[in-house]
Amino acid sequence: MKPAPFKYARPGSVDEALALLQAGGDEAKVLAGGQSLVPLLNLRMASVESIVDLNRLDDLAYIKRDNDTLCIGAMTRHRQIEVSDAVQAAQPLLCRAAAEVGHLAIRNRGTIGGSLVHADPAAEWPLVAAALDAQLVLRSQDNSRTVAAREFFLAPLMTAIEPTEILCEVRFPVAPAGAVWGFQELCRRPGDFAIVAIACLLTLDDSGTCSAASLAVGGAHSTPLHIADVEPIVVGSQGDAAVLTAAAEKAAAAVEPSGDVHGSADYRRRMVKVLTQRALQEAWGK
Amino acid sequence: MAKTQFTELQTIRVRVNGHEYEREVPVRRLLADFIRHDLGLTATHLGCEHGVCGACTIIMDGESVRSCLLFAVQADGAELQTLEGLADGDEMHPLQQAFWDNHALQCGFCTSGFLMSAVDLLNKNPQPSEEEIRHGLSGNLCRCTGYANIIKAVQAVAEQSQS
Repeated sequence: MKPAPFKYARPGSVDEALALLQAGGDEAKVLAGGQSLVPLLNLRMASVESIVDLNRLDDLAYIKRDNDTLCIGAMTRHRQIEVSDAVQAAQPLLCRAAAEVGHLAIRNRGTIGGSLVHADPAAEWPLVAAALDAQLVLRSQDNSRTVAAREFFLAPLMTAIEPTEILCEVRFPVAPAGAVWGFQELCRRPGDFAIVAIACLLTLDDSGTCSAASLAVGGAHSTPLHIADVEPIVVGSQGDAAVLTAAAEKAAAAVEPSGDVHGSADYRRRMVKVLTQRALQEAWGK
Repeated sequence: MAKTQFTELQTIRVRVNGHEYEREVPVRRLLADFIRHDLGLTATHLGCEHGVCGACTIIMDGESVRSCLLFAVQADGAELQTLEGLADGDEMHPLQQAFWDNHALQCGFCTSGFLMSAVDLLNKNPQPSEEEIRHGLSGNLCRCTGYANIIKAVQAVAEQSQS
């Protein structure tokens, strides 16, 4: 199908984009990479009165390191992150997650900001943003604020962003010394949305003892879910089997999955347990 | 600079397979429809029209994209390559020849998208493993041959470039 008629503007600066968005009111929508919005428009599951296209805003496409923070412009394409040496050096989990987003043609075009604001609970960026405690910089015409990813996602496809705001930057902490990560995704075909996915980052000392941990689950809850209760279980341990089982059980108990054609709620909960265990094993190199 | 306004019609300029085109388009026109209907270049196929099947894959500014997930107006100023631009005169592109040699198509509907995806895959990774080829082409659907011969064809081109 084809999208219903709309009006279109392609601003040349972020300020101009914000002004257009303000002028467009509730019926204006931001177009980033278009890999989620355009299918919805084509299928007429969504319609918009006007579109503000951010694709010419090169000043929103960048990867910068600022001491212990990795700042990624919201219009940075998945593929740019996947192959970035700076990202690989600062927080390699991001490159791993980027490689799992859609297919090559989608990664060439889709953006990290678009994925975060679209807020599919099974998507990779919302998951790693929750796992790594990313901070999202939102701007409107007269305000700028920073929202923690863990508070940004409210429900499937629902976030804390206001209609007049644009997500401009995503800030990830740089992985500390001794950081290791695990990323496990279950899907039927490479590039599909996850049935369940787990991302975790641990900090280990020389003996393999964990001093810090964070873990999040995607695809098994109405939002990507950071599971704080896992941390006290794994911190202080060396990741032996009993610890991994306890952590996995904690994660499985924390999610409230819903079932669909790809997997029942019960199946998803069981997969949370299995994949949490595997993600922690992967991080520990077991 | 003039203040950007919302519009419903825009005049765009694109370069497709080395030819310049200038057309006025409604802003909601999909790039795939623009290529097929406005430019008459019908090698680009439209299957699902929502970014799942990969049949409409083209190369835009050097990267594979799904032309059903872009509006024509977004390609203003871009350099596009479609299947029509792949062969060198009467000489088939090595990937086209390999698809022919390996019987990598049956009905041919998906072939254009597969070829354009494979072009980008080999540009980025000239020596892919079988798994990398499968991963790289996972965004394209074929409903008749299965994928074995398509993979073989891409492998054949990768091997040629090695020797």
